[in-house]
Amino acid sequence: MSMPFYVAPEQVMKDRADYARKGIARGRSLTALTYADGILICAENSSNTLRKVSEIYDKIAFAGVGKYNEFDSLRIAGVRAADLKGYSYSREDVDARSLANQYAGILGNIFTHEMKPMEVEILVAEVGAEPDLDQLFHILYDGSVVDEKRYSVLGGEAEAIAERLASSWDGAADLRAALGSATSALSGPDRTLVPDDLEVALLTRGPGRRAFRRIEGPELEAALAT
Amino acid sequence: MAFPFFPPDDDPGPSFSELLRRSGLAPAVPTEKLEGVTHGTTVIAIRYADGVVMAGDRRATSGHLISHRTMEKVYPADRHSGVAIAGAAGPAMEMVKLFQLQLEHYEKVEGTELSLEGKANQLSAMVRGHLPAAMQGMAVVPLFAGYDLRRGGGRLFQYDVTGGRYEEADFATTGSGSLHAGTVIKIGYRQGMSREETLDLGIQALFQAADEDSATGGPDLVRGIYPTMATITAAGFVSVTDDEIATRFRGLLDRLATTESTATVGDTPSMARGDRS
Repeated sequence: MSMPFYVAPEQVMKDRADYARKGIARGRSLTALTYADGILICAENSSNTLRKVSEIYDKIAFAGVGKYNEFDSLRIAGVRAADLKGYSYSREDVDARSLANQYAGILGNIFTHEMKPMEVEILVAEVGAEPDLDQLFHILYDGSVVDEKRYSVLGGEAEAIAERLASSWDGAADLRAALGSATSALSGPDRTLVPDDLEVALLTRGPGRRAFRRIEGPELEAALAT
Repeated sequence: MAFPFFPPDDDPGPSFSELLRRSGLAPAVPTEKLEGVTHGTTVIAIRYADGVVMAGDRRATSGHLISHRTMEKVYPADRHSGVAIAGAAGPAMEMVKLFQLQLEHYEKVEGTELSLEGKANQLSAMVRGHLPAAMQGMAVVPLFAGYDLRRGGGRLFQYDVTGGRYEEADFATTGSGSLHAGTVIKIGYRQGMSREETLDLGIQALFQAADEDSATGGPDLVRGIYPTMATITAAGFVSVTDDEIATRFRGLLDRLATTESTATVGDTPSMARGDRS
């Protein structure tokens, strides 16, 4: 009978975390900002068919960075969980916090028990009736959940982008200002991002049922024009 | 409820009803015939220049009794389509709820909307799946109508209990008063009618159906309850306001009162005119 080599659990976890972080760092970053009329999610994404940002439920959006097929299967599971919950109870009972916890559970489980961790970071955002009630849940590859205020950054360059946002973003501005802050934070001082490089979506505060809306094409060009 | 995270070889795809089955939440099929189930009745759909008008009366009956006076039978299915129901009220409302979810679920999972044809076929499959319950006295027969964004123009579909799907060119009716409503529309219909003409024709059809069929509710002037109506155009599904429907009904009643009173001149004193002085 062959015996597997002993590897310290610390070493296993560290190797998996390094592996996941490396995979995530290969892709482009994204950011979400809460502003007066809702939540803006802005991703650097050169494809306009393979989405990083999507609708989950009436007031809830999903965004993911890292390996596309992995965060997309998480997105679909989220849509399913939300629709099933809304069907069994009521549409009002579907909330981002519960969904974020379920995501954390599945990511944590995969991180500890599977051969390979998921190379993803995801965001579950819910727009509230008031700006104070907006929620941003940032979930990491190992299942840790961070409840973030005002803005959230996902991806390999998250630290640098968050630093730029901390100095430029005050939270109360309108959509145009929010989009300006988000794109300049994503690009950094040395580059400029054109509309083709961006995927932009909103969760709009208001009485309508489905708050999720994409901003693309001419509308995005107009919003980015200075 | 377990988190619905499926391995790729066991994935339910973009279908919500399949997901319900996997999750054990699909409703059970009755095994014996049920008597006295609440039924909803007459609904209509008429095509016009900009799209489709859908309308339905508000009455629900159990046998000879009126069980509900304000039932809604016309619902948005999604932004550009609507569904109207006749038949056993409980299963019908459940079917609408599932159909709405089915379309939204597909749109969110796939990232793109179903074609209008695809939506009509989905409803067909749901009606067919309901056949065992229909055999136990709980038949549901919907109408489906929408604005086809790819082809441009309104389209309407009628179903039978087996899930048979029939696309109609001009109008469709279903429910117990459908025969009378259908005849009124057939006589009054023209190609390319305006929104106003179509709403008036729908109102007339529902009024005459209620006049002949006891299970169809007419306008209730005392309580202010009127049939529900909606238009579906390139701008989407829009409910017609109660005020507008009330005004159009008063117009119809005024016209009918005038023709009735001239028709009875010289006969017995007309109650309609109230000329007993």
